[in-house]
Amino acid sequence: MRRWLRTVPAVVLVVAPLGGCGDPGGDPDTVKVVYQRSTDNKYRIMDDYLAGVKAEFERAHPGKRLRLMPVQAGESDYAVKVQQMMRSPRTAPDLVREDSAVLDSDVASGYLRPLDDKLAGWADWARYLPAAKEPVRAEDGRTYGVPDGTDTRGLWFNKELFARAGLPTDWRPRSWRDVLDTARTLKRRLPGVIPFHLYTGKGPGEATSMQGFEMLLYGTGRDPLYDPGRKKWLTGSRGFRDALEFVRTVYAEELGPEPADALDPAVSTRVSTDWLPSGRLAIALDGNWLPKVWERNGARPWPGWERVMGRAAFPTRDGAAPGRVSLSGGWTWAISARSRKADLAWQVIETLQSRRNALEWTVRDGQIAVRDDVAADPAYRSYVPGIAFFTALVPYTRHRPALPVYPQVSGAIQEATEAVATGDASVAGAARDYDEALRSFADTAAEGGS
Amino acid sequence: MNGRRPVLRWLPLAPATVLMLLFLAGPVVWCVLLAFTDTRLTGQSSASWVGLANFRHAFVDAGFRNAVVLTVVFTAGSSIVGQNALGFALAALMRRASRPVRTLTGTVVVAAWVLPEIVAGFLLYTFFHRRGTLNAILSQLHLPPQNWLFTLPLLAVSLANVWRGTAFSMLVYSAALAEIPRDVHEAALVDGATGLRRFWHITLPLLRRSIGTNLMLNTLQTLSVFGLIWAMTRGGPAARSQTLPVFMYDQAFLKSLIGYGTAVALLLLVVGAVFSGVYLRLLREEG
Repeated sequence: MRRWLRTVPAVVLVVAPLGGCGDPGGDPDTVKVVYQRSTDNKYRIMDDYLAGVKAEFERAHPGKRLRLMPVQAGESDYAVKVQQMMRSPRTAPDLVREDSAVLDSDVASGYLRPLDDKLAGWADWARYLPAAKEPVRAEDGRTYGVPDGTDTRGLWFNKELFARAGLPTDWRPRSWRDVLDTARTLKRRLPGVIPFHLYTGKGPGEATSMQGFEMLLYGTGRDPLYDPGRKKWLTGSRGFRDALEFVRTVYAEELGPEPADALDPAVSTRVSTDWLPSGRLAIALDGNWLPKVWERNGARPWPGWERVMGRAAFPTRDGAAPGRVSLSGGWTWAISARSRKADLAWQVIETLQSRRNALEWTVRDGQIAVRDDVAADPAYRSYVPGIAFFTALVPYTRHRPALPVYPQVSGAIQEATEAVATGDASVAGAARDYDEALRSFADTAAEGGS
Repeated sequence: MNGRRPVLRWLPLAPATVLMLLFLAGPVVWCVLLAFTDTRLTGQSSASWVGLANFRHAFVDAGFRNAVVLTVVFTAGSSIVGQNALGFALAALMRRASRPVRTLTGTVVVAAWVLPEIVAGFLLYTFFHRRGTLNAILSQLHLPPQNWLFTLPLLAVSLANVWRGTAFSMLVYSAALAEIPRDVHEAALVDGATGLRRFWHITLPLLRRSIGTNLMLNTLQTLSVFGLIWAMTRGGPAARSQTLPVFMYDQAFLKSLIGYGTAVALLLLVVGAVFSGVYLRLLREEG
């Protein structure tokens, strides 16, 4: 008995997460569709949209069925769950909504099916902007996903708070120093208001890397993360340390939220549904999609937000050309390599991305269009105040290195920012830990070496 | 004839044995095999055999060493000292308490134990949260509030584990104390032994086996606590409450290093075995 008990904890630990297998792959007329459902129960944009598409598809294809399988989780947990499902043919869904950040990694694992044969016979594919096709093409040159939108990033600021602090309401920061100085002024003149929010730490997941750290890092040089010429991930980079120093300054000078709040996985929901609408936060480094939360049927309706909120491009470190930084990602529809219903799944993608549905989705979810016909549509061009500002960032925007190890690099970035924000590590120490982590899983080279 | 009887005897147990092998031994073997590969959840076309590389990596990995230290502190603090001592104290006090007090205390303590782990985790998260119950009480008493989950995460999860696990020790010790014959105590009383001496020379030796069993079960239970910590702190901030199970989950599922995570699971098994070995040894030596 005792000896047996000894093995129990470890066995339970190892087995428990692997359990929960369901439904054998089965019915040839049913397409299983997996997507992420927001952890905010009032937020059901994707669910509502997919319900409409399901009805349309089932009407157009009598006898066929769509089975919607939402996974209610944060981004990291969603990716893990889907990867586990795709490992086995018994649990693999047919259609998966994938973040382009993990697409290459999942392609390398053999989870996804190349779509080139389907795309060749699909006239609409010519409508997609070249910049949108780039992140869905894997290292092997084949395309594994159909993007359903993209995004850009910049600064949102509360003009009423700026006016109260005696700051210009047409704010245009030129450098990191401008951003920090403005935050310092806000802190001094508006006690109780959080001056600036920057995604930090492991809790917010990919948001920390993309809306936060990489917005800083890509303002320090052309390819500060990965050198495409040498095909190496960069270590010992000055830009990396400078960006960490920026993060450290934000928390050391208490220009951001309290670290405990900033590291919370639900912080993105708090920023958009609480801090900004209630005037508790002055500046947020965030994405173009925020207004969808404030619309009449959004999670936190905020009439008149367009009069309160201003937008500004995020500057480069010292104002060097092009003077503004944005990163773009986006989600894609992909087909599981283990799906036995790839043809039917493809027909679902065609329905999802018909011109009408693509427009519907782009507008509903507050996306930046990836199809030129959607981008030219008057309904898109006027769907939300500020869409012109964020669409204008597209020529400057950058994409994350589309490589299989990116998710791990992103994880190491998140750990570095968390260590600096909590004060557990110095900038130099956190940068060293990052370099070390990078060396353990990626091909690296020192910055500036040749 | 002799050879056939064991087989016949085993026959009714055959389904159970097969199930055990399939669902218990199977995963264990699979887990051991995985620990020697570089299997990843994503980003890899095929896994390969890497021998002891995962284990070698663990010993130079600062994150792993941090997790081992935190695990030992967490286990020693919340299980061996906390649950065990508090459980014993409660059991001893309840023998002298009046019936209503005993019923009330018993109900409250056991209720904490009966709650599912994840429910307990969220309850304690809201209790220790910066705007949670504990700080509300502290400010009522004009004491400074404390951001427990952020500044003292290991203490918070340790207290949570004590809260949740004390009932088990209490039940074990209540049963054991009830078993001690009254006349032994009475004889000692007649010989003029004080309360402390009676406790040290009579109660403790008679409870030795119960203490050993209870310590072992508590320790193994605490070593594997995951849901409670995950719900309360996710191992953070940074890695300040990242015990081995949380570290293992982080490596296997968030960093996608299934092979390494499994190797850590095996090492956790070793830690458990060391604790158990010590307890078994103590039991035998004193016996």
